Amino acid sequence: MSTQPQRGRSAHGPGDEEGADQDVPAAGNVQATQQAQELDGLLDEIDSVLESNAEEFVRGFVQKGGQ
Amino acid sequence: MDRRVYGVETEFGIAHRATAVDGAPSRGLAPDEVARYLFRPVVDWGRSSNVFIPNGSRLYLDVGSHPEYATAECADLLELIAADRAGERIMDDLARRAEQAMAADGLDGTVYLLKNNVDSQGNSYGSHENYLIPRTTHFRRLSTILLPFLVTRQILCGAGRVVTEAEEAGRELGPHYAFSQRADHMWEGVSSATTRARPIINTRDEPHADASAHRRLHVIVGDSNMSETTQLLRYGSTDLILRMIESGVPLGDFELQNPIRAIRAISHDITGAATVQTRDGRELTAVDVQSGLLERARRFVDREGAHHDHLEQVLELWGRTVEAVASGDHSAVDTEIDWAIKRRLIDDVASRGDLGLGDPRLGQIDMAYHDIRPDRGLHHMLVRRGRSQSLLSDERIDAAVLNPPTGTRAAVRGRFLSTARAFGAGHAVDWVHHKLVDRPLEAIMLKDPFETESFRAEALLDTLGDREAVLRELTVAERLDQPVPPALSERYEVTAGSVPPPPVI
Repeated sequence: MSTQPQRGRSAHGPGDEEGADQDVPAAGNVQATQQAQELDGLLDEIDSVLESNAEEFVRGFVQKGGQ
Repeated sequence: MDRRVYGVETEFGIAHRATAVDGAPSRGLAPDEVARYLFRPVVDWGRSSNVFIPNGSRLYLDVGSHPEYATAECADLLELIAADRAGERIMDDLARRAEQAMAADGLDGTVYLLKNNVDSQGNSYGSHENYLIPRTTHFRRLSTILLPFLVTRQILCGAGRVVTEAEEAGRELGPHYAFSQRADHMWEGVSSATTRARPIINTRDEPHADASAHRRLHVIVGDSNMSETTQLLRYGSTDLILRMIESGVPLGDFELQNPIRAIRAISHDITGAATVQTRDGRELTAVDVQSGLLERARRFVDREGAHHDHLEQVLELWGRTVEAVASGDHSAVDTEIDWAIKRRLIDDVASRGDLGLGDPRLGQIDMAYHDIRPDRGLHHMLVRRGRSQSLLSDERIDAAVLNPPTGTRAAVRGRFLSTARAFGAGHAVDWVHHKLVDRPLEAIMLKDPFETESFRAEALLDTLGDREAVLRELTVAERLDQPVPPALSERYEVTAGSVPPPPVI
């Protein structure tokens, strides 16, 4: 399968390959920090919408069977 | 068939949580009581809890009081996905109205509608796909090829599930993440029953079309999908396999010894390593079956050409998803395939909170992924944050709430019922029939689902009055301004001064 993943990432700039040795660790840290912040934001938002008693919510969700 | 009619029926899980005076919210009304509140505007509008609405779809309360939405017939995959997403918006609007009506009755609380397929007790409800197929399709060939495809299709379009308890007799399964919601609830390969036997393919033969030419293939094995890209792959791959079956090309032999055992074994092994036995004694993985079929599908499309505009996208995502399962690196599809999108979320929450898969918080997140309320549902949240991709604009989905798809007879149905309502004329419509109560002998049957215009239906509507002179189509703003749910809004009005003709006796 030769298809390339189509992720929502921006294209790499022209300097990416040459400056790799110097830039990667710093860029990697920035990226990791940014990802951690994004995840924190997501988890906070999830906490703000979900009921705090997870167990009660899950157990309380009982349906009759459908088709 | 190069052109096909598709539809999908969704049963929603429903729950009510009462707002507590002190402390945590508690369980509120039972599901059937909430469902009655939910359908109150529908019953007020159509005097029934089983109605066809202006966008050509059907709303009803099904067995066990699951609110159900069946899309109108669609002839294009994106139109189908738009119609399905419109159903979520229609149901969410009804849920908000139900909350208000309950509050007015002194029952403050929240209504949850989940587009998932299982509850905490192991009850299951479905997402049923309909595909129009030619009557000439040999049923034995259909089922021997389609069954292994459907049994393994969950690695493409399963909705994913946190499983907390061992569910298979004789196998100790600890908490784990599974591909599919529905896999454990399938009991037969092919059958005519749905509720008791739950077959993967249902043979109940109600074509809702010319029975000498068509059959309606009813597939009840699928999970309800939140992701639009997953839906494209689900319907697009199934259509392509059907097209290959119909054309008679060889599709290899993947017939399984025990489809039900296979569907469960595959679902419960997210590594994709589970093998299933074919009738001729080989041990294959779901990846083996899917990549074998995909390779044949690619050759078929190379030879025959693409029969719709989304085919390249379907094939590309199909290949990438099979590859992701084979390699175990799911990051290549974790913004496009439901089970992978949800799994990434579950993994992130679990690792951040140091939670095991048996933790109820993860079960709650699993359910909340399917919550259709936009500001609360976790899949909606992931879309806003770029962790799940979309195909359709908001405007397109909103338009599908109001109006029928354009490529099928649903266009006639929508126009017919909205026109009859505008004139205040008693009428009845279903998938095939169009009737004015005062003219029962002139009822119109539309057996061709591709018929987008019907001279006979127009002639029948002409008996209601001079439509060109007195009937005006309302603007979107005027429709949204009506007090009823947008999906039930009047599409036309009869302008003042017009007098309907006296009934002909």
